[in-house]
Amino acid sequence: MLEKLILVGIIFTISLVIAMYATYFERKVAAWFQDRIGPDRAGPFGLLQPLADGVKMFLKEDFIPRNSDKWLFIMGPGIAMFTSLMTSTIIPWGPDIVTASGNIVLQVADFDIGILFILGVVSVGVYGIMIGGWASNNKFSLFGAIRASSQMISYELAMGISVITIVMMTGSLSLRDITEAQHGMNWNIFYQPLAFVIFFVCSLAELNRAPFDLAECESELIGGYHTEYGSMKLGFFLFAEYVGMFISSAVISILFFGGYNFPGMDSVEGNTLAVLGVVALFVKIFFFIFVIMWIRWTLPRFRFDQLMHLGWKRLIPLALINLLVTGLVIAFTSGWFN
Amino acid sequence: MQSLSNRSKVVSDKPMTFMEKLYLPAILGGMWITFTHLFRKHNTLKYPEQTKAFAPVYRGMHVLKRDEQGRENCTACGLCAVACPAEAITMVANEREQGEEHLYREEKYAEIYEINMLRCIFCGLCEEACPKEAIFLTDRLVPTEYERADFIYGKDKLVESMDYRIDITDRQSTGKRTEK
Amino acid sequence: MSIEILVYILGGLTVGSALMVVLSKHPIRSVMYLILTFFLISANYIMLNAQFVAIVNMMVYAGAIMVLFLFVLMLLNLSKENEPKSSLLVKIASALAGGSLLLVLVAAIKDTVVLQVAEKVTDNASGLVQNLGHLLFTKYVLPFEVSSILFIAAIVGAVLLAKRESQIIE
Ligand code: SF4
Ligand code: SF4
Repeated sequence: MLEKLILVGIIFTISLVIAMYATYFERKVAAWFQDRIGPDRAGPFGLLQPLADGVKMFLKEDFIPRNSDKWLFIMGPGIAMFTSLMTSTIIPWGPDIVTASGNIVLQVADFDIGILFILGVVSVGVYGIMIGGWASNNKFSLFGAIRASSQMISYELAMGISVITIVMMTGSLSLRDITEAQHGMNWNIFYQPLAFVIFFVCSLAELNRAPFDLAECESELIGGYHTEYGSMKLGFFLFAEYVGMFISSAVISILFFGGYNFPGMDSVEGNTLAVLGVVALFVKIFFFIFVIMWIRWTLPRFRFDQLMHLGWKRLIPLALINLLVTGLVIAFTSGWFN
Repeated sequence: MQSLSNRSKVVSDKPMTFMEKLYLPAILGGMWITFTHLFRKHNTLKYPEQTKAFAPVYRGMHVLKRDEQGRENCTACGLCAVACPAEAITMVANEREQGEEHLYREEKYAEIYEINMLRCIFCGLCEEACPKEAIFLTDRLVPTEYERADFIYGKDKLVESMDYRIDITDRQSTGKRTEK
Repeated sequence: MSIEILVYILGGLTVGSALMVVLSKHPIRSVMYLILTFFLISANYIMLNAQFVAIVNMMVYAGAIMVLFLFVLMLLNLSKENEPKSSLLVKIASALAGGSLLLVLVAAIKDTVVLQVAEKVTDNASGLVQNLGHLLFTKYVLPFEVSSILFIAAIVGAVLLAKRESQIIE
């Protein structure tokens, strides 16, 4: 029990610190892609920049618009933050750590429903944006909220279907089982490249990241759902996005890139394996965080009808076909037709 | 029409091929382009530490020059104020008294000389108009202030001090009216 | 013992928030309470160790259907001032309809015999995905397939509706 609490504490801290430094890294990456330097004033290499940003956020005026729905206005960022932190509970961070008094499992909870939990929590996450956007009593915020909700619902479908293929291959919903099934270099990406592409595109859309950031969309909606937000409430919205980025990178690494598995993992064992496994997972996570940023600073934003078109008319049929083919292949290989 | 630069692209609206409709090659191509930029040299100027030299034609804050003996050049003729299209310059003239020859070069001088930096458009016409080589635009910047009144620069800010002379030798219009 | 108290607290909260759905004046507030109710129902499922049903309830009802509710309400932006005035006749009719529904429900519940289901519920594994899936594809495969046919019919209907509309526009 105690070790679980400690694990929760560590994961919480790590998520927040990574989210903090993701903001710094985002600005750096943007700068590098644009032949600039990026933040370099606060501390060596600007490493204290996230702290400076945080202090600034806290010191800003905490503003609530007069005609807004006060309680919902406050609840919005809270829900967004809560849901994005919740998802980290079922991520398996590494192989068991062996101690004298038994193994420590590096996973807060291994629910029976596994990946469905993430899908469920993510689907609830849209309420943060919707409530915040509506409660602001501002038409741009409302537009942002409505865009976010329809976008999320549309992309959840394709996302769910592409996850089902992985679940079918593994025969389990638990993320730990899915990871264990990809032992060594036996990663799902080699069997399910299409599912990976679909899942990746959908998670970009679920995260409201460019090129699918239509809910924020500075150029038309002045910031969308968080137009009226300021101070740390705005900070929470932005922070939730970065925590979400971290978690979805983790989920992508686990579903398709073997989680804490790495080639040649059979030659080490015990705690070395555990440490190397955690390192392997984090390397993959950082790589995907980088890729998500890379995409953001490369691609222009979609138009909303293009977004819907892509979601409903391209991704969902593709995911369904992929599901069908996977099912057939599994049926053939397990000899159901003999 | 024939292209002169050979850089123009012919626009066409023929339907996209399947590969183009996939968008993936284009997306990967774009991502490759941004990726190569990761390794390019940045062209940031770290401002407060490094500064960029202004062009010699740059027109910034004015200076009222003194001659080699430290006397103010300006004779309060008012030509600069007349030339100014923005009505930024005002002055009050006064006669040089006995014993003030070391302060003012001409017999008449400007007792008050004010430029409203909020009105000024930095066109440089005052510099062109001045017959006495008294006023020049320099490469210094007008700093920001909180009050409007602070932007009205009097002689205290405009006239150069002898300890800290403002070098205008490579300004564009210097030496144009040197005596022949 | 503590579990029992938890069940009572959860049940009370669920009923309370369900009541608030009906009682709160503002439609958006109502929807918010409805969402809360769904969450509490999910919590109740988890107490019964039916994780799959809980999460599906959360995903489908709270995550998708209620979002659409909220969506429509936000677009209509109903508030107290521009609430459509209902006539006396409508009020009487709705009171009658609601009353008769209550009557039917009370009558139905009055006649039910409380079976001893408690044993089955404590069978911990029955709500887990594996057992549920097994049951769904063996014992209840016919109802399952029939309901999926229903879904397909609904999807085809939706596609047809969307198609026809676009033809009219053209
Ligand atoms: S620079 Fe132009 S606008 Fe400014 S004071 Fe001289 S003449 Fe007037
Ligand atoms: S600055 Fe030159 S033009 Fe202006 S009053 Fe003085 S001498 Fe005349």
